Amino acid sequence: MIFIGERINAGFKDIKEAIVSGDKDVIREWARKQADAGADYIDVNLGTASNRPEDLCWMIEAVQEEVDLPISIDNNKPSMLIEAVPICKKPPLVNSSTAEDSKLDALLPIVAEHGASIIGLVMDEAGSPKNADQRVENAGKILSKIMEYDMSPEQLFLDPIVMPLKFMQEQAAEILAAARQFGLFSDPPPHIVCGLTNISNGTTHKKLINRVFAAMLIANGLDAVILNVLDEELVNTILTAELVMNRSIYADSYIEAFRR
Amino acid sequence: MELPDVREKYGSCVNEVTLGATKEQGGTRGSTVTIGGQSTLPLLTFEGGLPHKPVIAGFVADVQPQWPSVLTEAIGEEIASAPEWAAKCVSEYGVDLISLKLLGADPTLGDASPEQCARVVGDVLKAVDVPLIIWGCGDDAKDNLILPECSQAAKGENCLIGSAKESNYLTIVAICKADKHKIIAEAPVDINIGKQVNILLQDAGFDLKDVVMFQTTAALGYGFDYVYTILERARIAGLKGDALMAGPQLCDVGGEVWRVKEAVVDEDVMPGWGELSRRGPLWEAVCAGNYLQAGADILIMAHPRAVKNLRLTIDQFF
Repeated sequence: MIFIGERINAGFKDIKEAIVSGDKDVIREWARKQADAGADYIDVNLGTASNRPEDLCWMIEAVQEEVDLPISIDNNKPSMLIEAVPICKKPPLVNSSTAEDSKLDALLPIVAEHGASIIGLVMDEAGSPKNADQRVENAGKILSKIMEYDMSPEQLFLDPIVMPLKFMQEQAAEILAAARQFGLFSDPPPHIVCGLTNISNGTTHKKLINRVFAAMLIANGLDAVILNVLDEELVNTILTAELVMNRSIYADSYIEAFRR
Repeated sequence: MELPDVREKYGSCVNEVTLGATKEQGGTRGSTVTIGGQSTLPLLTFEGGLPHKPVIAGFVADVQPQWPSVLTEAIGEEIASAPEWAAKCVSEYGVDLISLKLLGADPTLGDASPEQCARVVGDVLKAVDVPLIIWGCGDDAKDNLILPECSQAAKGENCLIGSAKESNYLTIVAICKADKHKIIAEAPVDINIGKQVNILLQDAGFDLKDVVMFQTTAALGYGFDYVYTILERARIAGLKGDALMAGPQLCDVGGEVWRVKEAVVDEDVMPGWGELSRRGPLWEAVCAGNYLQAGADILIMAHPRAVKNLRLTIDQFF
């Protein structure tokens, strides 16, 4: 499983304040905590705190000073990415683009040039997909664009767009069906990623719902996830689901080994 | 029509492990042996790098093992002396390193003292200048007594010491850290325990980059396919990024094959099986040759003709 740590996001008050006041320590601390908890990528999101490329680069530099993990750049503006992608020490993950040609054509040249990867949200001009078929159609559009830019399917992380269970209960099964079909696109297949916690928005049993849905997504091919990597029970559920799917080899201390 | 590219690309490599230390490196070996480093499965040169050939270790013991005469006679009188046997393995059979088993320390087989065992290690190190693998006798309590002395006697020689098991690993970790040797991590034909032993070694502070994995070898016809699939599955997991399974792998072919009837029973007892003097070494060589395909990096071999046969296979295909 590719764990993408979501905590360095200006939606959190401490991160927003750190950006405004230029306090690198807060960013570095969260980078370290998430790395220690097993993150494979550190997501950085400026949110509404700033729209200046130099602030995004500052965040990336702060993370890179602390840990040597690749960055997930949570931004879809070419003017920002053109500055941010080149300063990444390891090929970053660009988070994200929709299936719209204009957006992909603006972002993919930067992604391809730097050997980076990109999250493709399976939505288009018409908005969020309503069923599995629309998701698969949009995913196909993104994958063919990736090929046009001579990128490998492994540089694409398809996001089936997770919707809140409480408000759109019929969507969860469609998302699972779509994820399963993404895995059949190519060999090697594209990665399948999601922002997991959307599923539990507005619910009272958030953590339980996140865990159950994570396990079900893994059974349908999910191999990357944007999450709170410090949520131990969630991570344990994911590690266990991967064992159930025979994607990693069982050992009695598999949980302890991950946390080492 | 364009053919699809079916080459696998793995994200990781097998750990590279070097055994032995030359004078400049603090030991007395004439050369070192490096194994591992592969970025794909055996023989698939079109997919990735296979930087080091598998190596052959000559089976040597401090007392003569209970072997059939077809093997002991092929080795000759040197089998009675570990240093002479080791020297013959190197000079006549051309092995890359020596695997020394201290069978005589077994409480039921002579119960040799730690000092006696350490002396044998010292004598073998003097007799040959290739790297050395040192094994206890297999009795955990006794091995915990003899291995510290043997490790001391080989300090600085960067040996491979065996074996750490799920039930017994702390002593070996301590001595290998102190005397700077590498460790054999042993599991009883069980990939899950193999992984667990590696986790335990890591938790005890031992660097897995200094570990060679050992799934108690099976002779051809006696669970060979179980071990084969474990070696292959472990290798694929390692190549795909499971750092706990990325160690090179060892097979003790000589130590296993000479216990099974196909390698031991004479043709007058089993008519139609063919001449034993050819069948025995062939059984060993074929068993080893097949483990090469599964991902074996070190093969411990006993019969001189099996060594020769395996060398030809390695030189031809690797």
